[in-house]
This record gives sequence, C-alpha cells and structure tokens, in this order.
Amino acid sequence: MRIGIPAEIFPRERRVAAIPETVERYIHLGFEVAVESDAGRLAGFFDDAYREAGAHIVAEPARLWEQSDLVLKVRPPGFHSVLGMQETELMHPGQHLLSFIYPATSTELMEQLAARGVTALALDTLPRISRAQKMDALSAMANVAGYRAVIEAAHRYGRFFGGQITAAGRIDPARVLIIGAGVAGLSAIGAAGSLGARVRAFDTRPEVREQVESLGARFLELEFDEDGTGAGGYAKVMSEEFLRAEMDLFARQAMEVDIIITTALIPGRPAPKLITTGMVESMRGGSVIVDLAAEQGGNCALTRPGEIVIEHGVHIVGLTNLPSRMPCQASTLFATNLYNIVEDLCPNKDGTLDLNMEDEIARGLTVVREGEITWASVLPREVSAAPPPQNVEEKPVVEPRVIPPKRRALWSLIGLAAAGLAVLGVGAVAPPDFLSHFTVFVLACLVGWQVIWNVTPALHTPLMSVTNAISGIIVLAALLQISHSSELVTLLAFIAVLVSSINIAGGFLVTQRMLRMFRK
Amino acid sequence: MIPQVLHQGLPQGLVTATYLVAAVLFVFSLGGLSKPGTARRGNLLGMLGMALAIIAVTLSGDVHRYGHVLAAMLIGGVIGAFVALRIVMTAMPQLVAILHSFVGLAAVLVGINGHLQGNSLAGAGLVIHEVELLLGVFIGAITFSGSVIAFGKLQGLITSRPLLLPLRHGGNLLAALACVGLGALYLDSQPLWVLLTIIAIALLFGMHLVAAIGGADMPVVVSMLNSYSGWAAAATGFLLGNDLLIVTGALVGSSGAILSYIMCRAMNRSFLSVILGGFGSATGTGTVNVEGGTVRSLTAPEAAELLDAAGDVIIVPGYGMAVAHAQGRLQQLSEELRKGSTNVRFAIHPVAGRMPGHMNVLLAEAKVPYDIVFEMDEINEDFANADVVLVIGANDIVNPSALEEPNSPIAGMPVLKVWDAARVLVLKRSMGTGYAGVDNPLFYKENTRMLFGDADEMLKSILEHL
Repeated sequence: MRIGIPAEIFPRERRVAAIPETVERYIHLGFEVAVESDAGRLAGFFDDAYREAGAHIVAEPARLWEQSDLVLKVRPPGFHSVLGMQETELMHPGQHLLSFIYPATSTELMEQLAARGVTALALDTLPRISRAQKMDALSAMANVAGYRAVIEAAHRYGRFFGGQITAAGRIDPARVLIIGAGVAGLSAIGAAGSLGARVRAFDTRPEVREQVESLGARFLELEFDEDGTGAGGYAKVMSEEFLRAEMDLFARQAMEVDIIITTALIPGRPAPKLITTGMVESMRGGSVIVDLAAEQGGNCALTRPGEIVIEHGVHIVGLTNLPSRMPCQASTLFATNLYNIVEDLCPNKDGTLDLNMEDEIARGLTVVREGEITWASVLPREVSAAPPPQNVEEKPVVEPRVIPPKRRALWSLIGLAAAGLAVLGVGAVAPPDFLSHFTVFVLACLVGWQVIWNVTPALHTPLMSVTNAISGIIVLAALLQISHSSELVTLLAFIAVLVSSINIAGGFLVTQRMLRMFRK
Repeated sequence: MIPQVLHQGLPQGLVTATYLVAAVLFVFSLGGLSKPGTARRGNLLGMLGMALAIIAVTLSGDVHRYGHVLAAMLIGGVIGAFVALRIVMTAMPQLVAILHSFVGLAAVLVGINGHLQGNSLAGAGLVIHEVELLLGVFIGAITFSGSVIAFGKLQGLITSRPLLLPLRHGGNLLAALACVGLGALYLDSQPLWVLLTIIAIALLFGMHLVAAIGGADMPVVVSMLNSYSGWAAAATGFLLGNDLLIVTGALVGSSGAILSYIMCRAMNRSFLSVILGGFGSATGTGTVNVEGGTVRSLTAPEAAELLDAAGDVIIVPGYGMAVAHAQGRLQQLSEELRKGSTNVRFAIHPVAGRMPGHMNVLLAEAKVPYDIVFEMDEINEDFANADVVLVIGANDIVNPSALEEPNSPIAGMPVLKVWDAARVLVLKRSMGTGYAGVDNPLFYKENTRMLFGDADEMLKSILEHL
C-alpha cells in the first residue's frame, strides 16, 4: 500500500502527519510513502530529510491524493483553496483516511466521505483503553497545548516566573492558577512549576487531587457545604450552589494570582464561562489569562477566539491552535501516534491494512467503512482533556500483623509466671552449686539482650562475626579436657581445641577486617 | 616462679578473677559493636578477653599437655587467620556459617569427652550433669550440621530452594520425641551408644531444619545458628561448672536470638514460621496478578542521562549486587554523581542480601561513607522526593505487593517504597523472581525502567556515559 502525506491546508496549521523517522518505519513495515512537497517545512522537516528516509516527494497535491491508498493527515479534510475544491473530492473509493475527523460535529464531512466510498479512521474516536495509550493523539496534543499555554503566558507576562533575590531587590515567584487538571492542565502545571512559578490548580473532580499534588502544585478546594438544602430539587440546587462556590473561589483567586490558564471543557457543549469581566478587572495589570477553551467559546467572558487582546490591562490569549505553535514537537508526537496505529492495524508487517472489526481499536477508529457510516451508536468521546481512566482498583493496604497490646501483656505475664515457677521448681531439687551457675546464666542472658537490643543494623554482620568468635570460648572446655589420661579423650579434645581456634582467630580477624572498612 | 606456676597452676582465686575480667570484656565488646564509632575498640576488647581467658585456663593447673595445646592452637589459629584475611567480602555469609559449625563440632566433642571422663556424682546432681551433657551435645550437633548445610546453600553447593519433605513437621516431631526417649534411657544407665545415637539424630535434625528454609531467610538462619552455638557453649559451661563459659555462651546465645528476632520483625514474620521453613517454595500459591503490564527497558546511555539530570538519587542494593561484585563500581558511580553535586544516598533493607547487614559490609568494603547509607526506617519516606531510584539486584525487598496484595506470600513485610520516586531504574539480570518466588509489580509500573544485564557490566557502561 502507498501512504500519502499531504501538506496541511488549514490556515496557520504548521503540523505534519509524518516525520522522516516514521516514514522510515512505515517503509520497514512494507509500505510505500509519498510526501507532498514542503509538507513538513513549517515543522522543520524538509523534503530532503523525507527523501533520505525513503519517501517519494510529490509536488502536486492532486496527484498525491490520487496515488495514495492511505492518507495520513492532522486536520479533517477541508476546502483546498489552491485547487478550489474540497479535499474529499480528491478521494477515490477504497481509499483510507486517518486523521482527526470529529464525526459528532461534522455531519457534512461524514456524508462527503461516505459518498466518496472511502474508509475513514478518526483519531478522536480511539477507544480509551490502556493498549491504545500510545496511539492517543488527543492526549499528546493536549500535552503540547498545556506546555505551550505556559510559554504563551510567560511570553506576555512582563516578569520572571521564578523567584530570585538579587542585588537589585527581591523578585517574588509568579502565582499561576490552572483551571481543569486534564492532560493539558497537568502539563501546564508541570511546565509552570519548572519555570519556578508557584502553582495552584482546581478541578471539579476531586480524584485528580493526587495527580495535581504529585506535580508539586496546590489543589484548591471549594469551601462548600453540601448540607442545608431540602430534599426537593436537590441536585439542581446543589449544582447552583456548587457553581456559586466555584465562582467565589475564582473571584478570590483572580485577585491573588498573576496568571490564569483555563482548560475547562464539557463534552459536546460550549465551554463554561468561569472568568467574568469583573474578575478580569480585579486582576493586577500585566496579568495574563490563557484560555485553552477558546475554540469552544472560551472560559473567559472576554476571550476572543484566535486572538490575543488586552482588556483592563490583562492579556487574554485566545489562540485556538496551540499545538501548531510548537510544530516540531507536536508533529513528532502526532506522527508517532499515527505510526503506532498503523503498526497495530498491520499485524503481518506486509504493508497492508487489516481492519478487523472484532478488534476494539479498529472498530473504535473506523467511522466510515467503504462508504458506509459506521459511527453512530458510540457516544461522543469525552472532549475534555481528562487523562485516560485507569482501571486500578483501590487496593487495601495490609497492616503489619500486630498483637493487640492487651493480649501481649497477658502473654508476657503468663510467660513470666511460668518461668518463675520453673526456676522455683529447679531450685527445689537442684544442688546449690548448680543454682549459682544458673543465676550467672540468667543474668548473662539479660545482659546480652540489653546490649544487643539497640545495635545499628549496619553492624549486624560484624556483630555476628564477633559473637561467633567469642563463642569460641568453648576452647576453654576442650583445654580443660586435653590433659586427661585417656588418649581418646585427649585426641577429641585436641580436635576441639583446633577447630575452636580456627573459629577464634578467624572470627576476630575477619571482624577486624570488616570494621576497618567502615569509615565516614 | 614461672616453672612453679606451670607445675602447680595459678591460685584458683586469680583464675576466677581473670574469668570475671574476661566476661566483662566480652560484654563491653558486644556493647562496642552496637555503634560504628566504637566497633573496632569493641572487637579489640573481645580479643583481649579471649586471650586472658585462654591464658588463665592454661595456667590454672588443670592443663598439663602444653605441647598439644600449643600445636592445636597454632594450627587452628593459622588456618583461621589465613581464611579470615583471604576471604572475599561477598563470601562473608558462608564464612560465618562455617565458623559456627566449628563451635558446634567442638561442643559435641567436649560432650563426648564429658561422657568418657565419667564422674562421681549421684542423685539430683548426676541428673543435672547428664541433662547438661545431653543438651550440650544435642545443640552442638544441630549447630554443626545446620551450619554445614547453611554453608553449602550460601556457597551454592546446595540448592537454596527449601527442601520440603512430606511430613516434615511430623519428622521433626518424631526426631524430638526420639531424642527425649533416648535421653531418658541415657539418664538411667549412661550407655555410650545412646549418646552417639542422639548425636546422629541431632545431626540429621539440624540438616533437615536448615534444608527446609529458603534462601531469602538465610540471614535469620545464620543468626539463629549463631545463637545455637552460644547455647551449646553455655550448656558445656554447666557441664564443666565453668562460669566464664556459661556467661559467654549466654551472651552469644541471647544476642543471636535477639538478632534473629529483630530480623524476623523486619520481615513481619514470626520466628516460628521462619524456623519451620518452607518459605519461598516454587509451588507458592500466592501469585500476584499483573494485568496488561508492559516492561519498559532502557539502555546504559539513557540511564546515564537520567542520573546526570537527577538532583536526588537513592541507590537500593540487593543480593544481585553481591553476586556481581558490583559494590566497587557502585561506589565509583556514587562518587561521580556526588562530584556533580547530586545528593546520593543508599537505602538498605534489613534483610537485603544473605546475612544481616550484608549490604553494609559490602558497601563499607567499597569505601562508601557510612553516613550516606541509611536504614529502611530512616529513608523510606524520602523516596517520594527522589528524582531517581537505582535498584541493583534487589527484588522482594522492593515489591509493592507486600503492601498492596493481601494474598501475596510476602504480604505485610515492610518494603522500601521505591515506586514513590519520580523514576525507578531497576538493574537486573532477567525478569526472574526473587527468592520468595513472587512476581514483582514494580517492574510494570509507569515510572519504572528496566536495565537488563550483569550489574557490574551495566554500571561500568553507565559510568562511561556519565
């Protein structure tokens, strides 16, 4: 099969669907690759690099579309102003298309695709399963957008992000508020934090708190009391109350922070208005708002999609295609996502696509199949940049086994009583000589216990080897027997002296050797 | 003067006083060994105590065959010194195990001699004497054969998998009962064959006891045998009515027991379950389910890059480091990183390796300063702040299923929470499981990267790319 990479035609779109590295890997998979001339120029990937990777460079877009069996794109097909026709009109039956399509909102495009008899795979309908994470272009782009949002903010903001104490005075770190902790929000938290800003974040889903905190940001909580409302219309009242509490929080935050980055999106609806004109007015002059929801109308009342405006001294960045402003990085991630999809759909590595509709990923991706719209039943994919849900159940933390103190006390009491009785019993029958030895024995045990109890674990080995050497004291017993008149006794005692001497010399010397190595 | 001493012996009071001094020196010795700063002095005090004790007993008038004494001690001392100075530090557990066996052997021989020498006691005194003799021989024999098996396992001569005979608990019980029965017979008429049979049973018992214990529990076993060797010496002391032997034996016995207990506590397992063995069997039922996990591996240059960029690195060594003799290279790496003002620390799990404190000794050998080496409790909460954790040849001690999987065989064992760090690099020979035979979900975690290969080789190539 022949893969075609046309240049993007959307105004100011700088991304490209394949980079030389993925071209090379497609060829390894058995595909032929054609790239439209200058397709990657704006992302910093030039024709020569593609050519070197093994691609054909095709100058006329019409020919590229004509000759390709699988077209890889970033944006959904649109109107080609140079050719004066829709890109879909360049397509032919049996052809495959892999790009963002947004079937829920682009009915017209879907009909065109079906009319042309093509098979269309939509990146935005990829199922959110862990196997598909490496193919998830939405998340990859959200990551880039979040990063870029911070860069845009830093660019507009007339101060440092990080704090410093200099000879010329003290610089306070910038205070950044991130609203919405999806992939984009988390990425923005990370980027702002690593520039040195003090970051706080808010999300209506309390479960993302941990992720926010893991990036070193503060998670803002609503001072919101759930009680106090009647039973009737509970949900509605609560959501109104909730919204009010939320707006209160933002209003207070707006007075404090220097930068606000909003990423709040609700699937299939215009973006919620979270930052009002009043809040913008209350911000310090020179502050920046970056509205990542601009394309859906914006989270800020004063956002103008696609533009950067200054209102009440506050920069409001409403740029709609932030990933395209980091074209090289975005293209690299995007192209890798696409490659991972194609590789998955080409299990035999023979340069053909195998769309097995039994497979979750293939079925999820396919929105038009040989002219027939197969996308219908599935709910629109969550548009917010929430991270893929992780199917990890909360696992119970195993507590170390602990005997309840009461039981332990009882047992030690019983033990003491038994030991006491045993001693008394021995004392009743044993000769006094034995008892004096026994006294020494018991006291020595206790001394050993007290001495060893607080030993540093690092010294366990030397301690063991020194006690081992000391237990060589048994040599005394053997020495006392060596002078016996019986030759057999002498022989056995001789052996005993010998082996315990090995023990004494070996034990002490090896301990000494070990201890010499412990140094500060 | 001197010939007279040699002939008649020192006054009994002087000998006893010397014993007392020696006993006190031993206590100071053990006390000194509990802190790094005083450890060397402690060892010297121990040597001094031993020397005093030996001189005192030799000159006490009960010892005449000085030629024999000198010959035996010279030969033994030279062998011991030779081994001690030549042994590589990674073979330390084996050495300690085999040295234990010598004490056990000596106790058995002394006990047999005690029988051969006969006595003139009667009544309760005789019974106590015989019980002491039997106990000394019994414990000594277990110590001897158990230590030999432990040595074999640690040296790799015997498989370190636990040997699980059917009816092993029944067999142990039978052996114990047989010994009690034979002991009663011995108390009655003191036949030599009964004593020898008890020794034989005890030998088998000791072998089986240690053979049933898995490699991961070796630290506890070695320490337990250490304790036994002390009890054997104490029993011998009772037999001979020698207080110094009793005191020293009790010191060693109780300290070994405490050490075993401390270690069992570190593994959150009861002493009994360790002694009864069977842990780490290949047929373990508690397998951990690792679903859809992918293992991400890394090359040495990439690892070097990660380490280079990190500000806070914690190194977790395990038995694999000892096997690969990688401690020297590890020290080089930590020096190199510290030069670049990276904060490098070592985290030691209480049961890492095959002997208590095994890792500390190896790191000390490699000249890692001990103030950057931390115990589990000191450092466990700091993993969350570390940029990179480098796990070298460790498995069970960094297994999160100990905390997360109630069904895991190692459930409840305290482990190093390495996964809290931003990045975990795991250096391992293969995906094999540790001694506990438990799969390790750590290897599949999002922030874990595996480096497959021999620890020493891998560290070498990381160093080259740093």
